[in-house]
Amino acid sequence: MDVSYLLFILMLSVFLGFELINKVPATLHTPLMSGANAISGITVVGAIALAGSGNSDMAQWLGAGAVALASVNVVGGYMVTDRMLGFFKKKEG
Amino acid sequence: MGLDLIIQLGYVVAAGLFIFGLKMLGSPDTARRGNAISAIGMLVAIVAALLDQGIVQYEYILGGMVVGGAVGAVAARTVAMTSMPEMVALFNGVGGAASGLVGVAALSIADGSFTYITIILSILIGGVTFTGSLVAYGKLSETIGSGAVTFGGQKFVNGLIVIGILASAVMFVMDPTNINMLYAVVGLSLLFGIMVVIPIGGADMPVVISLLNSYSGLAACAAGFAVDNNVLIVAGSLVGASGIILTQIMCKAMNRSLSNVLFSGFASVSTTVTEVEGEIKPISVEDAYYVLEAATNVAIIPGYGMAVAQAQHVVKELMELLEANGCEVNYGIHPVAGRMPGHMNVLLAEADVPYDQLLEMDDINPRMESVDVAIVIGANDVVNPAAREVESSPIYGMPVINVADARTVFVLKRSMASGFAGIENPLFYKDNTRMLFGDAKESIGGLVREFS
Repeated sequence: MDVSYLLFILMLSVFLGFELINKVPATLHTPLMSGANAISGITVVGAIALAGSGNSDMAQWLGAGAVALASVNVVGGYMVTDRMLGFFKKKEG
Repeated sequence: MGLDLIIQLGYVVAAGLFIFGLKMLGSPDTARRGNAISAIGMLVAIVAALLDQGIVQYEYILGGMVVGGAVGAVAARTVAMTSMPEMVALFNGVGGAASGLVGVAALSIADGSFTYITIILSILIGGVTFTGSLVAYGKLSETIGSGAVTFGGQKFVNGLIVIGILASAVMFVMDPTNINMLYAVVGLSLLFGIMVVIPIGGADMPVVISLLNSYSGLAACAAGFAVDNNVLIVAGSLVGASGIILTQIMCKAMNRSLSNVLFSGFASVSTTVTEVEGEIKPISVEDAYYVLEAATNVAIIPGYGMAVAQAQHVVKELMELLEANGCEVNYGIHPVAGRMPGHMNVLLAEADVPYDQLLEMDDINPRMESVDVAIVIGANDVVNPAAREVESSPIYGMPVINVADARTVFVLKRSMASGFAGIENPLFYKDNTRMLFGDAKESIGGLVREFS
C-alpha cells in the first residue's frame, strides 16, 4: 500500500484516539488501560498472516510465537477488563 | 478479488467497533458493553485475517491461539484485584513482545527501505516494551526491589545504547543482508527497556505503566506498517494515544514533567530538611470510635497502603456502619494514589463501594471544610500539605487532597517512616491530626468492632 496513505490513516487515528480518551473519568482509568491493552493485541492479525504464510520455517515459528503472545493479550485483556467492570456499581436507591 | 474485499471490509468493521467500544469505555454505565463491543471487533478482525488466501497452513496459527488464549484466560480469571498493576504490566509486555516478533517475522516478506525501517521500529518499540514491562512487573510484584536504581554515568550508558541502536539500525537498513546488525538492534532494544525502567520506582509507577501501555500500542502500530495492514495501524495508534493521555494525567497529578519522571530519581532532590513544628498526637481505636460516632460527614482518603494491607473490604464495612449511623461517607481519590491509574477505584469497586461515592480530587477538595473526619488510609505524599505550603519541598506545587481543612484528620499508619518520596509530612503534626498507628486492616477492624 502507498506509504502516504498509511501515514494519513495513522494521523487521523491518533487524533481520534486523543479525542476519544480525553474525557474518561479517573474511576475508569484501570479498565481503560487494560481494555486498550487488549486492543493492542490486534497485532495477532499480522501474526496470523506470517504464521500461516508457509514462507520459511523461521517466519512460521516466529509468527506462531507472536500469535500465542498476542492471544494472551487479547483473551486475557478482554476477560480481565470485563471482570473488573463487573465490580463497578452505582449506589442503589 | 471478492474475498480480498470482504477481508478489507472486515478490518473496517473491526476498526469501527474498536472506536465505538473505546468511546463507551468512557462512562461507567456503558463501559462493560463497550469492552464487549471492542472484543467483537477483535473477533471480526481475526476471522477476516484467517480468510486470507495467502495462508496455506493453519497448524501454527491454531497452536499459538490455543496456547496463548488458555494462558490469558487462566491469568484473567485467577488474578487478584490487588495484583492488577503487575498484571497490566505483564500484559503490556506480552503485547510488546508479540509486535516485536511480528516485526522479525515480517523480514521474510520485506522489500524496500521503508519496510525495513518500520520493521526496525516495531522490534525497537516492542523490545523496549517487553523488557521494560518485565522490570515494571518485578517492581510491582516486589520480586525485585521496588525502589529506583540509579548509578553514576547512567545517562552516559543510556546515551551509548541509543547511539548503538541508531547505528546498527541505519547499517541494517542500508544493507539488509547484514543480519548481525538486526541482532544488535534486538539485543540493544531489550537492554534499553531494562535501563529506562530501573531508575523509576515506587510512587512513579503509574506513569511508567501508562507509558508502557502506550508503547504496546505504538509497537502494534509499527508492526502494522511492517506488514502493510490498516487495522493494526488504527488500533495501535488508538492505544498509543490513550496511553499518552493517561501518562500526561499522571504527570500533571504529580506536577512533574515526563522527562523529570523518566530521567531523575526523586531522591536526588529531597535532601533539604524542612522544619516541622508541633507534635505527633496518637489516638486509640476507642477514642477514634467516639469521634466517628458523632460525625455526620466522613471522607476516606485511600493510598497504596490500603492495597498493601488489603483493607478495602473492612473499609467498606466501616462505611456501611457509618452510613447506618446517619453519616455521609465519601472517598477522595488522588489520580496517582496507588501504583497504576485508577488503582484505588478498582479495589474499592471490588469491595462493593459504589463508584459515585468515589470523588476525584477536584470534587472532594471544595467539600473538605464541611467534613467532620477525614480518614487517611495508607496515603502520604498525596495528602502532604507541604506541597502547598513549603516552597522548598520537592513536591511543592503538586496538587494534593487538602485533608487538613477537615475538622479532624485520622491518619492510619504503620509507623512514622516517611512516604516513598522520603519527605516529611507536616500533616502529621497539625493540631487537628490524630495518628492511629498500626496495620490499617486491624485498626479499621477495631473500629468496626466498636460500632457493632
